[in-house]
Formats: sequence, C-alpha cells, structure tokens
Amino acid sequence: MPTSLEKLQDMRRKAVFRVFEKKFVVPVRITVGSATCENAAGATDVYERFRQLMEKHSGLDVVLGKVGCAGRCDLEPMVTVVAHGHIPVKYMRVTPEKVDRIFEEHILHGKVIEDFTMRRSAGLYNAQRVVTLCAGKNCFEKHAPEIEKAFLENIQRLGLSDRIIITRSACQGLCQHGPVAYVYPDGVMYQKLTPEIVKEICEEHLAKNHILGKYVWSGERLTNRSFPFFGDVYFFGKQLRLTLRNCGVIDPESMDEYLSVRGYEAIAKILTEMNPQQVIDIVKKSGLRGRGGGGFPTAQKWQFAAAQPGTEKYMICNADEGDPGAFMDRSMIEGDPHTILEGLMIAGYAIGACKGFVYIRAEYPLAVSRLEKAIADAKALGLLGDNILGSGWNFDIEIRLGAGAFVCGEETALIHSIEGSRGMPTQRPPYPAISGLWGKPTVINNVESLANLPVIILDGPDWFSSIGTEKSKGTKVFALAGKVANTGLVEVPMGTTLREVVFDVGGGIKNDKAFKAVQTGGPAGGCLPAEYLDTPVDYDSLAAAGSIMGSGGMIVMDEETCMVDVAKFFLDFTQSESCGKCTPCREGTRAMLAILQKITDGKGEDGDIEKLEQLGKIIKNASLCGLGQCAPNPVLTTLKYFGHEYKAHIYDKKCPAGVCSALLTYTIDPEKCVGCTACKRKCPVHCITGDPKKVHTINQEDCIKCGTCLTVCKFDAVTKS
Amino acid sequence: MENDKKNTTCCCSCSSPDTLPKEIVQYINECMQKPHSESYLIPVLHKIQNYFGYLSPCYLEEVAQLMRIPAAKITGVATFYHLFSFTPRGKNRISVCLGTACYVKGSGKILDKFKERLGIKENETTPDGQFSIECSRCFGACALAPVVVVNDKVYGDVKPEQVDKILADYGFKK
Ligand SMILES: Cc1cc2nc3c(=O)[nH]c(=O)nc-3n(C[C@H](O)[C@H](O)[C@H](O)COP(=O)(O)O)c2cc1C
Ligand code: SF4
Ligand code: SF4
Ligand code: SF4
Ligand code: FES
Ligand code: FES
Repeated sequence: MPTSLEKLQDMRRKAVFRVFEKKFVVPVRITVGSATCENAAGATDVYERFRQLMEKHSGLDVVLGKVGCAGRCDLEPMVTVVAHGHIPVKYMRVTPEKVDRIFEEHILHGKVIEDFTMRRSAGLYNAQRVVTLCAGKNCFEKHAPEIEKAFLENIQRLGLSDRIIITRSACQGLCQHGPVAYVYPDGVMYQKLTPEIVKEICEEHLAKNHILGKYVWSGERLTNRSFPFFGDVYFFGKQLRLTLRNCGVIDPESMDEYLSVRGYEAIAKILTEMNPQQVIDIVKKSGLRGRGGGGFPTAQKWQFAAAQPGTEKYMICNADEGDPGAFMDRSMIEGDPHTILEGLMIAGYAIGACKGFVYIRAEYPLAVSRLEKAIADAKALGLLGDNILGSGWNFDIEIRLGAGAFVCGEETALIHSIEGSRGMPTQRPPYPAISGLWGKPTVINNVESLANLPVIILDGPDWFSSIGTEKSKGTKVFALAGKVANTGLVEVPMGTTLREVVFDVGGGIKNDKAFKAVQTGGPAGGCLPAEYLDTPVDYDSLAAAGSIMGSGGMIVMDEETCMVDVAKFFLDFTQSESCGKCTPCREGTRAMLAILQKITDGKGEDGDIEKLEQLGKIIKNASLCGLGQCAPNPVLTTLKYFGHEYKAHIYDKKCPAGVCSALLTYTIDPEKCVGCTACKRKCPVHCITGDPKKVHTINQEDCIKCGTCLTVCKFDAVTKS
Repeated sequence: MENDKKNTTCCCSCSSPDTLPKEIVQYINECMQKPHSESYLIPVLHKIQNYFGYLSPCYLEEVAQLMRIPAAKITGVATFYHLFSFTPRGKNRISVCLGTACYVKGSGKILDKFKERLGIKENETTPDGQFSIECSRCFGACALAPVVVVNDKVYGDVKPEQVDKILADYGFKK
C-alpha cells in the first residue's frame, strides 16, 4: 500500500507533467492578473484581448494564463511575459490598446516595450542578467557591502557593465547561508559569498555562462516562489513572501498548478508521519501567533481544543475581514485558495476536528467562487472528504457566508452567525476551544495564520522561527493603502520598521506631500506619527507605541488628512457596528461620536478633550467584546499624538488640514479674480455677488462651504483656509 | 399558499409574487435534511435576496414555516445583518465605498455627487426604480480607492468628475 505521501507525490508527478506540457515547453508564457482589484482595473478586457489575438495567430508557441494578484494593485492590470532564458517582463496598467502593441512588438517580434513596464533599473530588459544581492540584516552584517563592491569591480573589470544589473533584496530567509545573491534568469541562488567567490562567479558564470554548482544553494523552500518572477522589482525584492508565496505566481483555479508547487504535501506528510500532538508541537516550536489581530499563540489554542474529550470538534477559518481598508485575506484566497484549505486541514487534524468551515464575507464574491471551486477540485481528487489519501482520516470543509456585520469577526459572534442566529458576542469563558460551535470544542484561526502552516510543516519550525523578532516569528502581510505611492499587498519579516514598509516598499507619500501618520489595526488600532516610524512591526512594539498589529490594514495619511476627522470616521464605524448588547459600547460610543461631531462642526468647547478621554476609558474597561474594548483606540491615540489638531478645532476653530468643512472659509482673491462669473453661476446658494468682468465676493454668512467655487474657478482666485 | 399563483400579490401588498420560487423551496428542503438545519437560515436569506433583490416579509413568513423557525427569530436575524434589505432596490445598485482607504481618499465627495445627481439619499431608490444608492464598508479593493461598485462592476480610482459618466453608462439622463 502506498502511503498518503507517496500517493500525493504520484499526484504531483502527473500534475507537474501536465503543467509542464501546458506551460514550460512552450517558449513564451503570458499571464494576466485576475482578482477583484485586477478586474476592477480592467484585467478581464485585457485577458479577452490576448485571447482574441492568440486565436488569430493560432500557430504560435505561446500560452496564456491567469494568476492571482501579485500585490501591486496601483499598477494593475498587470501582464507578465516569461520567455525562456530572459528576464520576466512585467507590463503595468495594461489596456486592450497596449495589448495590441505588446502582442505585435514583443510576442511576435521579441522587442520589449520598456515604456509599459514596471519601474525598474534603466535598461533592465537589455541586460543579460540581473544579480540580486540580499541586503537583509544578517547578510548585511556578514559584509554584504564588500560583496557588492566585489561584484561591481569584477563586472567592470570584465567589461560586463552594460550587460549585468545589480539590485538588492530584503532577507531571503537564508540567513544561515548568507550572504546570498540570486542570479536571473538562470534562477540560481549563490550562498556564503566571499569576495573571492564573487570573483569566480563573475569570471565563470557572468562572463562565460558556466553556473558554479559548488556555490549554489540547492535546498528547496516553499518561500519566495515569486522571486524568480518579481524579485528584480524593488517593491517585491524588499519582501519575504511566505504566505503570499503563490499569489501572482500560480493560476488560483488550477489544482495542477497548486500540486506542482508542492501543494497538499504538508498535509500528506502529516497524515503519513505524524500524530496530532506532533503537529501541535511543531507549530508550538515555530512560535506562530494568530494573524487575525489578537496575536494569541496558535499552538496553545489548539492544545486546549485537542485536550477536550469527544470526536465532534470544529475548525473554522475566519475570513470575515471586516476591517475597512484591509484586503489581505481576500487577496490570499483569490490568489491561492488551496493553501487556505490545506492550512485548515492541518489545523483540523491537529485538534481532531470532524469538519471545517470557512466563514467569509459575502462582499467577496470572487474569493467565494474560487474557494468553492478549490473545494470541489480537492474533493474530486480525494484530498477532502472521507479517507483522505487513503489515510483513514475524514475531513470536510463547508463555506458559510457572512452578511455584512463587522462584529461577526469576533469569535463567539462568528459562531452564533454560523449557527444561524444574530451575530452577538457572548461572555467568554467558556472559550470556544472548550465550548464553541453547537457547544463543541472549536478553534477559529485567521486566513493568514492558516496560510503559514504548510510552510511551517515543509520548511520546518526552526527555519520559520529564524525569521522575525524574539516574540513575533515569521512574516506579516499588510494591505498598504491611503496616500502612499505604491498601494497593494506587502509581506515583510516581523521586525521590519514602519519606515521601511511605508517608504521603501510603499515608495513614500503620493505627490510628494508630507507624511502625517500611519494607521494600523483598523477601527481597533491607532494612528502613529512620524516620530514612531522607526517602530518595528511586531505585536509587542506596536502595542507599546499605542497602536496594535491588527489584521494587517495599514493606511497612510498625509498632511491633507485631518486626524480628528479620521478618529470620527473610525468611531462612526464602530458605533454603527456595535451589536448593542452592552451599554458602554452602545451608548458610550454614541456620546463620544457626538462630541467629535461637535468639534468638527466648529462647536467644540473647553472640556471636550477630557470628556473624550474619560468616556474612552470607561468604554474600554466595561465592554464585553473586543469591538467595544478597542473602539476608543483611534480617538485616544489621535488625542495623544495629535492633540494639537483637536485644540486647533476647539479653540481656534480651525481645521489645519482643511478637511472639516464647517471650519473652512472660502474667499476670493481680488488680485486674481477676473470676473468670469463661473463661480457665481455655480454656487448652489447664490451667495456670490459681482458683475461680469468685476471682482466677485462671497457672502460668508450664507456660504455652505460646498467648495464648488474652488473647483470651478479657472484662475485660482478662490482660496480655502 | 393554495391560491392561484399567476396574478396574485402578496398579503402585505408589497406587490411581490406570493410564494418562493421552486428552486429556493427545494434548497430549503435539502438544508432541512442536514444536521443543524436551522444554521442554514442565513444562506437561505442570501438566496432569497439574490433572487428578488430584497427580503419581503411574506417570504420570511414562508421561510419560517418551511424551516420551522419562529418568524420573530427570522426577522431578528434578517434585521441584524446590514446586507439584507427589506425594500426593493433599484435596477442599478450603486455602492459607494466608505471604508477607511476610500474615505481617506475622499469617497465622501463621490457619494455626495451621486446623491445630488440622482436626488436621493443613501439606501433610497429613484422613483422610476432605476437607481439606488448604498454605502459599503470596503470591497477589498482599497488599493484602487476610492471605489464605487455598480451592480457587479467595480470602478477604481473614481473622481467626482466621473460620476456623470458612470451614471450615463447605465442610461441615466438628467
Ligand atoms: C470586532 C472584532 C472583529 C474581528 N474581525 C476579525 C476578522 O475580520 N478576521 C479575523 O481573522 N479575526 C478577526 N477578529 C479576531 C478574531 O476574533 C479571532 O481572534 C481570530 O480570528 C483568531 O484567529 P488567529 O488566532 O489565527 O488570529 C475580530 C475580533 C473582533 C473583536
Ligand atoms: S462590546 Fe459592543 S459589540 Fe461587543 S458585545 Fe458589547 S455592545 Fe456588542
Ligand atoms: S463654497 Fe459653495 S456655497 Fe460657499 S461660496 Fe463657494 S460655491 Fe457658494
Ligand atoms: S470663477 Fe474665479 S475668476 Fe471667475 S468670477 Fe469666480 S473667482 Fe473670479
Ligand atoms: S538577511 Fe540575507 S537571507 Fe536573511
Ligand atoms: S476601503 Fe474602499 S475598497 Fe477598501
């Protein structure tokens, strides 16, 4: 009898064969991004256009495929053209018209259209090779600067300067083997570099195309599979993609592609070699903490549930992702649904669950349909259901949709929602691990927590715990949005500083405005000012600074964001999402909101700040669930770090960022006004007077501060202050 | 439920056909065969809303009978979740995202513009039944903020000036 692992390996061989036949034998492969964000940017039309062109040129040795979102959402739709022996070309903001040109010039005639490609080192695609040096902390300490110098000198000496490009990356998770460098498009990682080895590499490999096998790191890792595709782009090079390893790399709807990247190998290995306790021990050793916000040690939660008697236990994946401004879980499920299923199976096996659920927001239809397909495909192959891979273990997964209630992300509320009731939190203890769904032991884990599991099993807990900080292991995915140049998903090792995320990976503030704050943790988190940019992202450092890690939403704010308005926004959110069960949360948030409204309306008075602080304290202490306990956080942190803005609103009746409309005045500059009458005609309350060709004036009493005059004036005569 | 199905309208005069379509009844029956059948209430409500665009009280009554769940509980559940709507929505449903990323990037102005053009407020429908406006909390496309979703189409990076163009795409005439 073959073991589960052997069965899976056999499945993989067949899958790899099919994938190879489809993808790698052909010289050119085109992939188009396909995800909610990609489609919103127009990816469906782009794919369709390629399909039509391929039909027209039927004899071509080119394949077309779809991949999930790679994370650079602001540059979508993204198209990658991979040709054997060449550096993968990433085209951005592709339109059907651009497709025509890409097809004609690049696909048919081999000429890369540099103008359409991602921001890159100049002349990248004319280069023959790219050498990416790890500039992570460990490699750097092991003298990466000398290595870089050695590369530069030798390349120059050998006259290769215009054919080789050198870039830098973040930690590649190979620190024990560092300093490391990756060479494209050959796809080799050189390890333990010294200036002498570099000299040899330059002379043999870079100049004469002989790969030096003896220096190549030959291990296999699940991590950074995307590196060969994207590593040359700075945005990606700075990341360590562990849970996002397959996003943007494989076709999320293809079981074959998932199998070919060692998919389901972790669960097969477990079923063959381990008992549940061994799985728990491995995860314990890895130091994994929950990525859903709380940061609770995953193994500990499992241990509680595993210790309970009985065979009816449940494992739930929390994909409710209610934090407005976060999209990590959506992107992960859309880009790599099988990883989530496999993670859920591993956790289910560890706690002895009979069934798994994915509780997912109904607002994510594409993610839901990809999950549905993944579950059906897994069932068809015997990877889900009864007697999985002949191991005798049964496990089934069912999807349950949320219906737009943020509080259902809370564990007890989520359980009630699956049970078919109102999603209202209940008292803990009993904790769900003891008495959860239908009164049975239940473990709830976040999507990203689960996505880590296959990596921990296959690459080992020791390797996993070598990444990150002392108390926060591994990586964290952030959804970078707001006023930052590169919006999208990023995955960085724990301990990376906020500055690196916002400025290095995120490219800084859009339109060269000044950075004001970064918000983490969504409605439960806080806003940190520039002085805190050097805070490392890990659970404890962010908490010490007054914010929280949260689930991964990271919103960047610039000088044009009013912090009082932002606090009001978050409080308005939690206030309307409060389930209403406890008075401090229900009434307290309302009272705080009323004060904030008053302040932004220009009616703030002495004592308001103190009242906010007092109410905040009461709500934090007296609420039942995390929603209420965290609701005052955005207000309290903005009060702490941006108290001067509150004071400006209350005492000077000014909104320094120019956002709160009641505190603005619009005036017409008599020097600049040419009397074109445009503003007068458009003003909705007719409060502008003036004759044609004469200076116009605004009657401040009647002005409703709608801003129309500012928009319509073509002569910059209207100013806002 | 015995009466002629062709031209009857609902008891509460909400002008909807009086009974649930066959496929939904069948789905409910399937759910009733499963363990913890009452836990399928929310999926059933989703199905009804997807079919009719809203939940009318008489369907809830029927669900109560078919699923053997008290009508009061069903109403309690349906009113708890924001996605369920009790009034018919417009043929074209405009959802403006007011999630953090979109808000920071000024989606409030876009919402105002839609309201102004259509002459309705959020959660209202134009008298001709063509358009309704809703606000949502994040579609997960935050990187493209501000985001507007019309029916199933997602518009990213929307500017207030584009509002007229989007409305025109759906046949709105001023
Ligand atoms: C109001 C509220 C909303 C929450 N929303 C989510 C969510 O959307 N996704 C999530 O994974 N966890 C959410 N959580 C945290 C979960 O309750 C729970 O701690 C988490 O899913 C546990 O998984 P983990 O240990 O893998 O992090 C929320 C908590 C509260 C109090
Ligand atoms: S804290 Fe708020 S959301 Fe949580 S149970 Fe109490 S009222 Fe409900
Ligand atoms: S802000 Fe609006 S109301 Fe005030 S003057 Fe300008 S157009 Fe008129
Ligand atoms: S639109 Fe500008 S230039 Fe024209 S009347 Fe108004 S303020 Fe003067
Ligand atoms: S620092 Fe280079 S591999 Fe970790
Ligand atoms: S905040 Fe609008 S899509 Fe996320």
